[in-house]
Amino acid sequence: MPCLILNFRHFKTVRFAVLAASVLCASRYGVAQNIPLISGGAGFFSDTEAKQTSFYPIIEPLLAAPIGSHLLIESRAALIESYYPKGIDEPGYDHMHYIALTYLQGDYFATPYLTIVGGSFLIPFNTYNDRLSPVWIGNFQNGPIIANIGTMSTGTGTGGMLKGSAISSPKYSIDYAAYFSSRADNMQFEAKRSDGGRASLYLPEQRLEVGLSYDRLLQGPPESHENFYGMHVWWEPKNSAFRLRSEYARGHHADGYWVEADYRTQAFGGLDSVIGRFEPVFRMQQSFRRDTIVSDGVPLVNTQRADFGMNYNLPHNTRILFSYSRQFSSKGNFNDWQTGIVYRFLFPVWKGK
Amino acid sequence: MRVKQVFVALAVVAAMPAFPQAATSATPPATQTAPKPTAHAAAKPLSEGDRIFQQQCSRCHTAPEGFSPHISGTILMHMRARASFSKHDEEELLRFLNP
Repeated sequence: MPCLILNFRHFKTVRFAVLAASVLCASRYGVAQNIPLISGGAGFFSDTEAKQTSFYPIIEPLLAAPIGSHLLIESRAALIESYYPKGIDEPGYDHMHYIALTYLQGDYFATPYLTIVGGSFLIPFNTYNDRLSPVWIGNFQNGPIIANIGTMSTGTGTGGMLKGSAISSPKYSIDYAAYFSSRADNMQFEAKRSDGGRASLYLPEQRLEVGLSYDRLLQGPPESHENFYGMHVWWEPKNSAFRLRSEYARGHHADGYWVEADYRTQAFGGLDSVIGRFEPVFRMQQSFRRDTIVSDGVPLVNTQRADFGMNYNLPHNTRILFSYSRQFSSKGNFNDWQTGIVYRFLFPVWKGK
Repeated sequence: MRVKQVFVALAVVAAMPAFPQAATSATPPATQTAPKPTAHAAAKPLSEGDRIFQQQCSRCHTAPEGFSPHISGTILMHMRARASFSKHDEEELLRFLNP
């Protein structure tokens, strides 16, 4: 009988504990809701080359909408209005606009190690195209010279992709992506027939990431099928706001690299102090032509470019970008001055309960 | 009479913006934001979620200054697809963003 009383009390205790845990969990995770979100960046840039200044207001919204816990629909668009001088001898400005979906894809989280992507997606070649290209992430207004090598000129594929984290441990992690894209001549989702992938190794203690990329153009006559190879190395030392990123890419007709470094000091009151918000940036890049066949957007002659930037990270997700670049090539050297301001937004599509 | 109706109509139109404001001021604040991750923090020991945030998210971009907790799950789904982090990382980040 005492045993029964004990059991009954025990049962009550367990029931209370379960109830308390449920309330605790509900309060802990109750706010973690999957309401669709709109994120992205809005910016205003200017670009001065040869005493001619152009202006580029831009909005890049991204919509992410979960359907259940395993499926996510996401899409990014670009709305750009360009204002540029009519000509050297002609006063005034002309303008043109560009509105397009950058990608529209569905992500199905099949297992902890596998995500199946379908639709129009960013080609996973090196890092710039699918990781650094959003307007609010990039340290410079312009992408690297070699950004089009391996990304099939459109940057997007239409088809399917398998990606995920193959191994993840405190010592190292490996992630992968493999895709196939069919040819698409649709104006919104233009893509070339290609396949390829990327694998990256990340060492958390060293804060070092090394990755290899490969893809192949499968469109056109067999002799024009082109292989692209890429490699990236990122290093972000622990307890430091220094970042070093680099990429190398090689195609049949051109190759090149870029190395970018940025730094924010914590020595004068931390990163959110007036001084800590300054972010000097430097990028060195070179491209080399292997022949005169143009298939990759890389300049027709060997080109070197040095970019010096000074960004300022304002409160409220706003950033001021300023840079000076000097480009050298046999076709002539020139200066490029760029300024801009970018605001990053992130909010739910509707108000949660 | 007609003038009076016009005045009443104008008064109603003028008062309209005040009603939503009064209504929202009576409701609890919906702008509660998740704690700002201590990206780049140097000295203090890091939680598992903070460590993962620094390693997985700050590699590409700085932390947002704050966002509604109602979208933290969506952000993590989006980032799981984009940055290919593991299910464990996703769960730890969810705890970190919703302490």
